[in-house]
Amino acid sequence: MSAPAELEIAPTIGAPVARKEDKKLLQGQAQWVDNMEHPGMVFLGVVRSPYAHARIKNVNVDPALAHAGVVAAWSGADIADEWHASLPCAWIPTEDTNAPEHKPIAVDKARYVGDAVAVIAATSRGTAEDAVELVEVDYEELPCVVDAVAALSEDAPLVHDEFGTNRCYTWTLEAGEVDRLFAEAAVTVKERYRQNRLIPNAIEPRAVFVIPVPANGEFTLWSTTQVPHIARVTLSGVTGVPETKLRVIAPDVGGGFGSKLNVYAEEALALAIARRLGRAVKWTETRSEGYVSTIHGRDQIQEIELAATAEGKITAVRTRLTVGMGAYLQLVTPGIPLLGAWLYGGCYDVAGYSFECTGVFTNTVPTDAYRGAGRPEATYAIERAVDALAREIGKDPVEVRRLNFIREFPAPIASGLTIDSGDYDASLDLALEKVGYDDLRGEQRSRRAAGDSKRLGIGLSTYVEMCGLAPSAILGAIRYSAGGWEAATIRCLPAGTAQVLSGATPHGQGHETAWSQIVADRLGYEFDEVEVLHGDTAVIPLGMDTYGSRSLAVGGVALYHAADRIIEKARKIAAHILEVDETAVDYSRGVFHGPGASVTLKEVAFAAWTAHNLPEGLEPGLEATFVYDPPNFSWPSGAHVAIVEIDTETGAVELLRYIAVDDVGTVINPTIVEGQIHGGIAQGVAQALYEDAIYDDDGNLLTSNMLTYLVPSATEFPRWELYRTETPSPTNPLGVKGVGETGAIAAPAAVMNAVVDALSDDGITEITMPATPERIWRALEEVRP
Amino acid sequence: MIPAPFDYEVAESVDHAIALLADREDSKVLAGGHSLLPLLRLRVTRPSVLVDVGRLDELSYVRDAGTSIAIGALTRHHDVATAPLLQEHNPFVSYVAGLVGDPQVRHRGTIGGSLAHGDPAADLPAVLLALDGEIDIAGAAGVRTVASADFFLGVFETAVGPQEIVTEVRVPKLTAEHGWSYLKFRRRSLDWATVGVAAFARRSNGDIGEPAIALVSMGATPLRARASEAAWASGQDPGPFADEGTDPPGDTNGSAEYRKHLVKVLVRRAAEEASRH
Repeated sequence: MSAPAELEIAPTIGAPVARKEDKKLLQGQAQWVDNMEHPGMVFLGVVRSPYAHARIKNVNVDPALAHAGVVAAWSGADIADEWHASLPCAWIPTEDTNAPEHKPIAVDKARYVGDAVAVIAATSRGTAEDAVELVEVDYEELPCVVDAVAALSEDAPLVHDEFGTNRCYTWTLEAGEVDRLFAEAAVTVKERYRQNRLIPNAIEPRAVFVIPVPANGEFTLWSTTQVPHIARVTLSGVTGVPETKLRVIAPDVGGGFGSKLNVYAEEALALAIARRLGRAVKWTETRSEGYVSTIHGRDQIQEIELAATAEGKITAVRTRLTVGMGAYLQLVTPGIPLLGAWLYGGCYDVAGYSFECTGVFTNTVPTDAYRGAGRPEATYAIERAVDALAREIGKDPVEVRRLNFIREFPAPIASGLTIDSGDYDASLDLALEKVGYDDLRGEQRSRRAAGDSKRLGIGLSTYVEMCGLAPSAILGAIRYSAGGWEAATIRCLPAGTAQVLSGATPHGQGHETAWSQIVADRLGYEFDEVEVLHGDTAVIPLGMDTYGSRSLAVGGVALYHAADRIIEKARKIAAHILEVDETAVDYSRGVFHGPGASVTLKEVAFAAWTAHNLPEGLEPGLEATFVYDPPNFSWPSGAHVAIVEIDTETGAVELLRYIAVDDVGTVINPTIVEGQIHGGIAQGVAQALYEDAIYDDDGNLLTSNMLTYLVPSATEFPRWELYRTETPSPTNPLGVKGVGETGAIAAPAAVMNAVVDALSDDGITEITMPATPERIWRALEEVRP
Repeated sequence: MIPAPFDYEVAESVDHAIALLADREDSKVLAGGHSLLPLLRLRVTRPSVLVDVGRLDELSYVRDAGTSIAIGALTRHHDVATAPLLQEHNPFVSYVAGLVGDPQVRHRGTIGGSLAHGDPAADLPAVLLALDGEIDIAGAAGVRTVASADFFLGVFETAVGPQEIVTEVRVPKLTAEHGWSYLKFRRRSLDWATVGVAAFARRSNGDIGEPAIALVSMGATPLRARASEAAWASGQDPGPFADEGTDPPGDTNGSAEYRKHLVKVLVRRAAEEASRH
């Protein structure tokens, strides 16, 4: 009661606080799955198909079993009775979706290079790899198909015979009088784009480690996963281990980019083999193994048409997607392109909207979530098409964008959702000012006039995306089989610290830092007095995990509301201590002020713990949980500008400058936000200029390691020039929108618009991603007189 | 990514290394390991024994050898790139050594290893070929000297026998009359060259004498572009002739056709730069 009138704690929301997580990462003290050990543990080695499509006629594991140090070996048939269900696919988009059975080890047929056909358990990892080579598999090679469009042709080999087609599903969304608007349009443009297949390349390869307690059938499974909660429920389904007997832990996880938003064969295998052997089991992928066993991203052919007036006012958008699913449906495979289904109108006011997506099986690694998941594809198509429209009517792409921007918020859009807030002019104005747009256009013109062999290209990408996944009712309506809520618990401990339990599960983002900032700000703790726990289903039973830039916009908001509940209960206790009515108590940042006296929240927490003198009927302890189900998505937006120089003799593209103006709503930690944008832009530029998972016609992955799959490094990039505008989201009390994917969403279109802009005077209107030097050289050869 | 089992021996001297290599048929020399280890880990190569010459400090040096500079085979790329003697007398070699791989590679990889590995996409072999450098190879019968023109025999195949090791590389001292250029076209800064061009000439009164152009990744070995050299010597643009006699690979970084185009552009530019330099 002798508490100070105010606590001297600087505001933390919005401050560039250094990340709590970094010290242990930088000092090598992080807990990685691959570092874990247990007496008697065995290591798994997976025998993988060298054929894209083959009948498995016989698997002889005996030579492997005879190898010193090999504990056990199984073919797919040997181990088939472990499986109570297929590996999970949580999003079956239509009633008539063809969803194949998917066993962790193939039994009858291998359907892509890398498909598992046998598994070894050995006493060391090296022994497991040696023994993998000794397994004799008798394959009957079958014709294969790797291209999604080709897979739809009549005579294409079938990936799954039982469906009689390679079509997985077709999903449509129609709004407005699209046909009429196209018929009446003064101008139409029709474009076809390819979304290259990408390999996510998290810095930490996948690993899983299981310790069983055979006496009572319990298992603890550590996994490099983004989704320990989803993994627990689905692995329980696959193996029949009850959820109550399965604890899943995601310790420190080194990135995912969506590739660890999945439940993989090897997790189910490690669990089942731990059950069979009664021994601890570990599996860790090698990088090249990951290239053929961890999900890939994108792989779409996009056809987009715009209907517009002669001035360039867009009236309708029609989109047709053909999307490679790969050979099986992983956790969210068919739903990924649909996460962009509402966004093909971009940030433009469009009346007519038609979207159709067909998923197609091919003899390739399954595709699934990769940073942006559906929204980079949508942004790419509409932003490229708007540039095509500008070329068609001879206007500057800036002008066409301004003519079409949505300006009134909340903004119901033709596809059926409502954009919460935004100011697209503000972002674009700032971007153009910072880049010096008019001067650059001048330099571009003078280079052309001088016949300079090095062309300058300027590309815009004014994007809007939806994240904060997601209102559960909407997920239900689109047949996703889980909710979109998130849970947070705050425990005010007796000695003046607070513990946060977060259902959102970080894999590098900085949740511990941002969550500490929110709690410090709301409850008056020092930043370092807040501990954030996550990623353990035994400690945090409620969670929907981390993907789709949802953690802050859903989990952070859950935390905000949990803090409200703490304040609400603490206020009762404070009023009791201060001997005044609750209504006479004011709360501000950790202190309850009564008339003439005050008490800190920490003192209240102690009082709640001793429970010596609580208001009648009030439970001891100061702890609150809030499960937040967002009423809407959140809608980050922005304007990115790429400046490229193209050497027309070699075809080489140099990215000279990149300016990003992002509106991600309220910012909790600007350093973390910038870090997210840095990485996102890098991955977006990588899609545009470098990365491409290339299969040959026989289904061999030609880019099978980091020598040939070109992940760019910092030396390939200019210094990113980052700016922000801020329109807080009205959807949640923090005003936050999400930032995890914006760079990857905006950048491919900005870069490719710049590339095409540089070459458009040569008559080139399209370069397929990635814009390799050879592709550009060939395009120039075709138009050279 | 775990190599197949192999034995490992540490060489205490050059003679010891040769004796160890003679002991087993499928032995491999391990120096910096930056070419060998990835191949081991991918199980592309499976030697029964590795003979580690990495501790033969006597093979790490840069010395003045009169008309030439002698570089010990175990000299790391970083040390080649920064050696004052080379920067003074043959900055061409030190410049290109500074372009090999990335800093980690340059601190482990060695000039002898790079040459003996015989990768046609490597940088330093082409420079040595353009400079008419010499390579000393030690074997049971003693040390022999091989001209760079006779050293590179095929993809991953050189004049170094299975029971021999490279001990020294010699490059000529250059003068102010010499001009040179090395252009390395690659997608990422740490990549091997899609195409590389080493151009070298003596300039006098605006004329080009003794022109040498060597090509990277245009065939099974580094190649001299003889037709381009002749054109350059006669005052013509050597670019258009640069693909003569080449047989470049086609891969995900570029088709053979593209490489044949690219080499013409790069040879022209390299010759221009060497003429100015």
